[in-house]
Amino acid sequence: MNTPAIEARQLIKYFADPVRVQVLHSVSFALGRGEFAAVVGKSGCGKSTLLYILSTMDTAYEGELLIDGEPMRGKKEAALARVRNEQIGFVFQFHYLLNEFSVLRNVMLPAEKLGKLPGQEIEHRAYEKLKILGIESEALKKPNQLSGGQKQRVAIARALINDPLIILGDEPTGNLDQKNGEIVFDIFKELAETYHQALLIVTHDNDFAAKTHRIIEMEDGRIIQ
Amino acid sequence: MKLPLLYDVALSLLLARGRQSLVAAIGVTFSITMFIALLSFMAGLNQLLDGLVVNRTPHIRLYNEVQPAPQQPIDRYSGLDAVHARQHNFIRSIKPSDELPRIRNVGAIIAALRRDPRVRGVAPKTQAQVFYNVGTINLTGTISGIEVEQEDRLFAFGDYVTTGDPLSLKTVANSIILGKAAADIMLVGVGDIVQITTVKGSHVQLKVVGLFESGLLEIDKVQSYTSLSTAQKLLGEANNYVTDVQVKLHDFSLAPPLAKEYAQRYEVQALDIQTANSQFETGTFIRTLISYTVGITLLIVAGFGIYNILNMMIYEKMDTIAILKAIGFSGADVQRLFVVVALAIGLSGGAAGLLCGLGLSVLISYVPFHPASLPTVHFYPVSFNPVFYGIGAVFSFITTYLAGYFPARKASQVDPVDIIRGK
Ligand SMILES: Nc1ncnc2c1ncn2[C@@H]1O[C@H](COP(=O)(O)OP(=O)(O)OP(=O)(O)O)[C@@H](O)[C@H]1O
Ligand SMILES: [Mg+2]
Repeated sequence: MNTPAIEARQLIKYFADPVRVQVLHSVSFALGRGEFAAVVGKSGCGKSTLLYILSTMDTAYEGELLIDGEPMRGKKEAALARVRNEQIGFVFQFHYLLNEFSVLRNVMLPAEKLGKLPGQEIEHRAYEKLKILGIESEALKKPNQLSGGQKQRVAIARALINDPLIILGDEPTGNLDQKNGEIVFDIFKELAETYHQALLIVTHDNDFAAKTHRIIEMEDGRIIQ
Repeated sequence: MKLPLLYDVALSLLLARGRQSLVAAIGVTFSITMFIALLSFMAGLNQLLDGLVVNRTPHIRLYNEVQPAPQQPIDRYSGLDAVHARQHNFIRSIKPSDELPRIRNVGAIIAALRRDPRVRGVAPKTQAQVFYNVGTINLTGTISGIEVEQEDRLFAFGDYVTTGDPLSLKTVANSIILGKAAADIMLVGVGDIVQITTVKGSHVQLKVVGLFESGLLEIDKVQSYTSLSTAQKLLGEANNYVTDVQVKLHDFSLAPPLAKEYAQRYEVQALDIQTANSQFETGTFIRTLISYTVGITLLIVAGFGIYNILNMMIYEKMDTIAILKAIGFSGADVQRLFVVVALAIGLSGGAAGLLCGLGLSVLISYVPFHPASLPTVHFYPVSFNPVFYGIGAVFSFITTYLAGYFPARKASQVDPVDIIRGK
């Protein structure tokens, strides 16, 4: 059997401020390559918290996190940064773009950081990703000149640039209209089915969730299904 | 980590805070400018003043002082050993025999010194106490008999002579170069005759061929110069009568040990320039210390400017830092990024400062300056020593690095999750 792209084993997360509360209770699941899963649950149930741990940005947790079979615990900060750069594409709940750079450059940045391809190639790829998301005409604008939905799509394009093993999304379609939401859904589906990337997308949109391969439902920090 | 990317990001951060970055850079420019100008000016001044001492005074002066012999003959018959224990010397205040403070065997000493490879030149001198006769009053004075060519070559004697030609001392018999102040008192000028009385009581008439100004009124009132042979004649001595041998070295820092060596070898007193002018060294040291202190203080203030702008930038760019970290920049990358920002501010400001410092130094060197004691100086002295520029560059690098390092480290520790959640 293939190693799962990402696997969580008994993840436990506490917040100590202002009082110690447990936000995640022994969360375990595995997501294989090519799997497209939706995470649903009530607001405040710990979806974002889980995603931050999975993204390796939050390291203050108990339990095990394996990415492509490799345990993340004990890795140095720089090594985790490398994992994020190479293997994980993250789309935030709120679009996070660098307003100092053009849309195109924003998409290029992770690939430039990875440094595997020459600049021209990266630019070409970035254009392609933008084209897939239907915003290549905005490539030379600054992010703050775009609409919310457009920004969201730029953020998705940026998450895709390094062809990561795993794409994590925190309500990536939250700001999109019906049509664009569907476009993004189709892209995600294609990434999973054609390119065998693993997708874990938090969503409040039940229609969106229903169309995915698998629904992970959370309640009060536990996976109930 | 690809550096060009880092530079790009750094540049974009700089541009986003362009005005503040510029102000911080100008702070560095200002401090480096002042640092360079101050140091160049102070060093120029030091060189001028040192030059005054080092170039115009002998590095070693050999002379013979009238002083009691350390071992008087009577001492051989009194003392502490067993044989002489019962003798006691009650003779006090022994007087020297009639002997002028001449250096014995001076011809041989001068010849030997001239052969010494460490010696640049030797000038003999004969000092004589005289009275200038002005009508019925006598003014005390000192006449130095010099070899005018040597004196000019080694001690820039000609620079002091403001009227007349110093070489006339040699060409005109019985000539004298008077101090300007003395000449003013006696109401004489070049071409006039002055009468002087020697200590032995003889009257001599000398022709004034020049006036000199040392810059010190007290000296100009009493000191005058004549040729070596005239001075010897005034004293009624033979042409081997010399009271001082002035030695100039190639390297004046060798003066103290050489003075000791000569004193021993030639059985004379020897005074080195360092001992004779110790206060000059102290002055030089203090001036240098002050300029460095002020310069470094300015730099530290500029460093705080950079520190501030960086802290502000990091505070404002928390989101950017969080995104960079989320897409795979490590803490070390972020730290490097902000250090690069600080260095960009500091080094551009510093480079401009070096140029402005050079400009200011050039400007200062064109400001008129006419010190009375230095008739050859017309502008403020400035030293264009490349070492100052090197020090300025190194210091600006170090201060900006430190000013950038601490905020940058803080930035590297930003937790992206905190920021992203906080939105
Ligand atoms: N920094 C924090 N300190 C303390 N408690 C926190 C902190 N961040 C989140 N929490 C708590 O953890 C719980 C889970 O939050 P989380 O953001 O994961 O919810 P969520 O499922 O993503 O909700 P939503 O769907 O609204 O985004 C919430 O009850 C929240 O109050
Ligand atoms: Mg959330």
